[in-house]
Amino acid sequence: MYRILAKEDLSPDIHLFKVDAPGVAGKARAGQFVIVRGDERGERIPLTIADWDRDEGSVTVVFMEVGTTTRKLNCLSAGGSLLDFVGPLGQPTEIEKFGTVVCVAGGFAIATIVPIARAMKRAGNEVISIMGFRTRTLVFWEDKLRSVSDDLVVTTDDGSYGRKGLVTEPLKELLQSTKVGRVMAIGPTVMMKFCSLTTKPFGVKTIVSLNPIMVDGTGMCGCCRVSVGNETRFACVDGPDFDGHQVDWDLLMIRQRAYLDEEKESLSIWEEGCKEGTHRG
Amino acid sequence: MAKKVNLNRVPMPKQEPEARAKSFSEVALGYTEEQAIEEASRCLQCPKPTCKEGCPVNVDIPEFVGAVAGRDMPEAVRILKSKNSLPGICGRVCPQEVQCEETCALAKKGAPVAIGRLERYVADWERGHPEVTGKQKEARASKNGKVAVVGSGPAGLTCAADLARLGYEVTILEALHVPGGVLTYGIPEFRLPKQIVQDEVDYVRWLGVEIKLNQVIGKIATADELLADGYDAVFLAPGAGAPMFLNIPGENLTNVYSANEFLTRTNLMKAYLFPEYDTPVKVGRRVAVFGGGNVAMDASRCALRLGAGEVDIIYRRSKVEMPARFEERENAEEEGVIFKLLTNPKCFMGDEQGRVRAVECYEMELGEPDESGRRRPIQKPGTEHIIDIDTAIVALGTKPNPIIPSTTPGLDLTRWGTIKTDEATGRTSKDRIWCGGDMATGAATVISAMGAGKRAAADIAAHLKGKS
Ligand SMILES: Cc1cc2nc3c(=O)[nH]c(=O)nc-3n(C[C@H](O)[C@H](O)[C@H](O)COP(=O)(O)OP(=O)(O)OC[C@H]3O[C@@H](n4cnc5c(N)ncnc54)[C@H](O)[C@@H]3O)c2cc1C
Ligand SMILES: Cc1cc2nc3c(=O)[nH]c(=O)nc-3n(C[C@H](O)[C@H](O)[C@H](O)COP(=O)(O)OP(=O)(O)OC[C@H]3O[C@@H](n4cnc5c(N)ncnc54)[C@H](O)[C@@H]3O)c2cc1C
Ligand code: SF4
Ligand code: SF4
Ligand code: FES
Repeated sequence: MYRILAKEDLSPDIHLFKVDAPGVAGKARAGQFVIVRGDERGERIPLTIADWDRDEGSVTVVFMEVGTTTRKLNCLSAGGSLLDFVGPLGQPTEIEKFGTVVCVAGGFAIATIVPIARAMKRAGNEVISIMGFRTRTLVFWEDKLRSVSDDLVVTTDDGSYGRKGLVTEPLKELLQSTKVGRVMAIGPTVMMKFCSLTTKPFGVKTIVSLNPIMVDGTGMCGCCRVSVGNETRFACVDGPDFDGHQVDWDLLMIRQRAYLDEEKESLSIWEEGCKEGTHRG
Repeated sequence: MAKKVNLNRVPMPKQEPEARAKSFSEVALGYTEEQAIEEASRCLQCPKPTCKEGCPVNVDIPEFVGAVAGRDMPEAVRILKSKNSLPGICGRVCPQEVQCEETCALAKKGAPVAIGRLERYVADWERGHPEVTGKQKEARASKNGKVAVVGSGPAGLTCAADLARLGYEVTILEALHVPGGVLTYGIPEFRLPKQIVQDEVDYVRWLGVEIKLNQVIGKIATADELLADGYDAVFLAPGAGAPMFLNIPGENLTNVYSANEFLTRTNLMKAYLFPEYDTPVKVGRRVAVFGGGNVAMDASRCALRLGAGEVDIIYRRSKVEMPARFEERENAEEEGVIFKLLTNPKCFMGDEQGRVRAVECYEMELGEPDESGRRRPIQKPGTEHIIDIDTAIVALGTKPNPIIPSTTPGLDLTRWGTIKTDEATGRTSKDRIWCGGDMATGAATVISAMGAGKRAAADIAAHLKGKS
């Protein structure tokens, strides 16, 4: 059992757990992930390591409620515990001195890009971050990302805060005006895809963190296979970071939707149970 | 020989094919007491029992079989467990026909003693009589040293149990959230009930072994770090868990599974109970399983039970070359699995949503024998044909997972990616690191993995004793 030391609601459907997991904390590096299982009947799901504290022995994860598992996770609070917490898995993000690094993030990845930006800055890079939200009320961790960046741009789709529009617009302007050594783009699959398309004409290497469906997270099942540079790779052991210009995005999106019907069925049963209060706990 | 030779093996009672093809409960039902005694009484109690030579863990076969014939079940349990910590598992899944039963004196007459079934009977008898175990806990010696065992499959469990018996403090580190290795995530419930695996794992715990789950060695700690952290020796038993694919176009379409994924979802994550359990698995109306080994049989029988209308096994050679056990092939056929032999896939085809909808295959014919001694399959030109399917399961076998080798400098590997290991002792090229099971041999059997665990335990103990 892995105790939840603290919980925070970052936006209405994005939540943070600080989890007691000294072994994972001792080894965690930016860009790696854990596999989490909440309860006995639960699914194993991957979550990126958003932060860690080796002294305290804690690991922070941030998750967005999208289906049954993440909804169930949100029913837990500080003092409760997760049944399984496996990691750190995957390859750490390549951190080097690239010159200027642009970190682009959206959704839950606002949190997971913080340790990457921090590590990039420590490696001597100039870090410019771009964070995108739908609307003002969903904004979180602006200060935190700013504290590890030399410059920060916030966008909202509806213009209610920061710049109006998508993250790809300031990204393109930066590429036009500055010599950029590397772009890190993490967030929803479409966002990563369009960031990669934006950077491609400029020839700037763009690293994305792929999020296919996983089961074991250790290279045992092949569920997480993605196609990169026309080669099949297992995202859990070869990634999750890959060169965004080489990724077969259509295949990734197809495979992410493999269980749409089952996910809907599962969620409606869960919601039914919520209404009737008949959950198995 | 004074005794009259009885060549009538007592058959194993089984669920009827129609009933079992719909259910995940165990197919083979096990002997009754009378059937067990009748079968055990057929043993000739040979003065030089050749059966023992066929058992990689040296079970005292005539002794335990004799105890069954004499109705002394507690004694049978004691004899069996002194050599084999996992008898309920071995009795069910050992390929006895090429192990102990092949070398039984009665095998020449076509009716070897059903050693495996008797082993299963004794293990199940003990489960039903928990009071017996209590008396059997051996006195624990003082702690002779600390050993880390990586992986809780049959190799790891056996090595750990033997070392615990010898007075070592043993910790098993397991990557998954349930111990047992392939016994838990691979071999299906209807062939090896998970409760039996967990009971036998609990016996290993009861011997004093600690099992830490969710520990991926190479990630949370490397083998070298375990040695630096106070373990005197490390036994590597992570199996050969990485799935192989066909490498043909369309293989990444959705609903194309590796057998590992399909079986892990079904067995470990209990997808056959979805939506009560959260992890789903897809089987459509028509399923094609590629391969001819035990894994292909397990996957196809699972697919039937999950509700598939038709399940085809597509295999590029003929039936005689199939590596699957005869018994498993027969079970699959009885339940309605269709064998499409001398057939090989060329590519998968998908629908507009990226789901597999068909597989194009060639017909094959057999040529000259290849290095494996089996006749080489050759494509027959112009025989392409399309088979409509909505799920594909690729059961071509597995290879070693590189996580441990790539994080343990100084560990020599073979060209197949397995860890170079001395067969008699389990020693690797690296001081204080031993290895055994599928990681050393490539995919093999439960009992050979257990034999390797046993030999390594003996060598580790000898080595540590020499040191202290
Ligand atoms: C390496 C990696 C890191 C990730 N990091 C984070 C993170 O830090 N925060 C976060 O909120 N999300 C993260 N995700 C995505 C997260 O795992 C999914 O949102 C989660 O599994 C959804 O589960 P669910 O049951 O709530 O939703 P469901 O209703 O089951 O599914 C919703 C969608 O989530 C995806 N999904 C479902 N099951 C899985 C699974 N077992 N593995 C991966 N994806 C799945 C599918 O594309 C699906 O369409 C990460 C994914 C990967 C692969
Ligand atoms: C579907 C299927 C059916 C089979 N049927 C039979 C049968 O009927 N009879 C038979 O004799 N054999 C059968 N086999 C083969 C047999 O199961 C294997 O040969 C045997 O399990 C190998 O044992 P092992 O201990 O070497 O490894 P495994 O059983 O593979 O166990 C290895 C364990 O190590 C863990 N591990 C891996 N990497 C790490 C790591 N880095 N850190 C920590 N832990 C790790 C794994 O999670 C796993 O639990 C079957 C195999 C399969 C896949
Ligand atoms: S352990 Fe396996 S090989 Fe050994 S006697 Fe028992 S069934 Fe036969
Ligand atoms: S060889 Fe066969 S008959 Fe002889 S002791 Fe062994 S089991 Fe009995
Ligand atoms: S999640 Fe199973 S191999 Fe990557």
